[in-house]
Amino acid sequence: MSVVDVVDALSWVAIALGSFFVVTGAVGLIRMPDVYTRMHAASVIDTMGAGLIILGLILQAGFTLVTLKLLFILALFFFTGPVAAHALAQAALHEEIEPKLDHDRRAYSGHAADRGAADNELIAGFEEPPTDKE
Amino acid sequence: MMFVVGTAAVLLALVLAVAAALRGPTVFDRLLAGNTIGTLAILLLAVFGFWAGRPEWLDIALTYGFLNLIGTLAVLKFFRHGDLAYDVEEDGAIDSEASS
Repeated sequence: MSVVDVVDALSWVAIALGSFFVVTGAVGLIRMPDVYTRMHAASVIDTMGAGLIILGLILQAGFTLVTLKLLFILALFFFTGPVAAHALAQAALHEEIEPKLDHDRRAYSGHAADRGAADNELIAGFEEPPTDKE
Repeated sequence: MMFVVGTAAVLLALVLAVAAALRGPTVFDRLLAGNTIGTLAILLLAVFGFWAGRPEWLDIALTYGFLNLIGTLAVLKFFRHGDLAYDVEEDGAIDSEASS
């Protein structure tokens, strides 16, 4: 096995793994329950899927201009992905779309006087956590 | 031959992302799916370009990536403020409203 064969095999592995993560993220986009968890699934495509597929393509291209362009695309993903995700989550929260939670831990934050009726309803169905002091 | 696997996977993911965009239910789910479709289109251009022996398509992929980001941010700004030319000076209450 020459060096070219080894690089070719590594490129195969990277593209196959990247394909797996791309399909995984898309399935998560269908199956997840609300918009915040779907963002988590979609980020798999942005990081692992795109990263591994582009890594495989870089191994195919070698030291050429094409590799530079692929690195630019990778950098683009790493900068724009978080920006888009942050803006999306902030806009969804601003529209008061509630995250689906088993236990709303926000009920513990702040003083009792600041709680509204909705918070007290949340706390009513809630077990106080055991404290270490007693 | 490995490019066939990558192209097929990206196409399958595109079908699922289009289904997610059609299903919704909120506008933010559709936006997230639209953003994912843009990402997958970039990947498809890259992988299919290598398969077809035309890696020059990466230039188009780069352009598409920037357009995708600007489009997503513009639509998000529209749905947050109801207006693309929103002026914060006019209504300073937007920050306290967002953090409450």
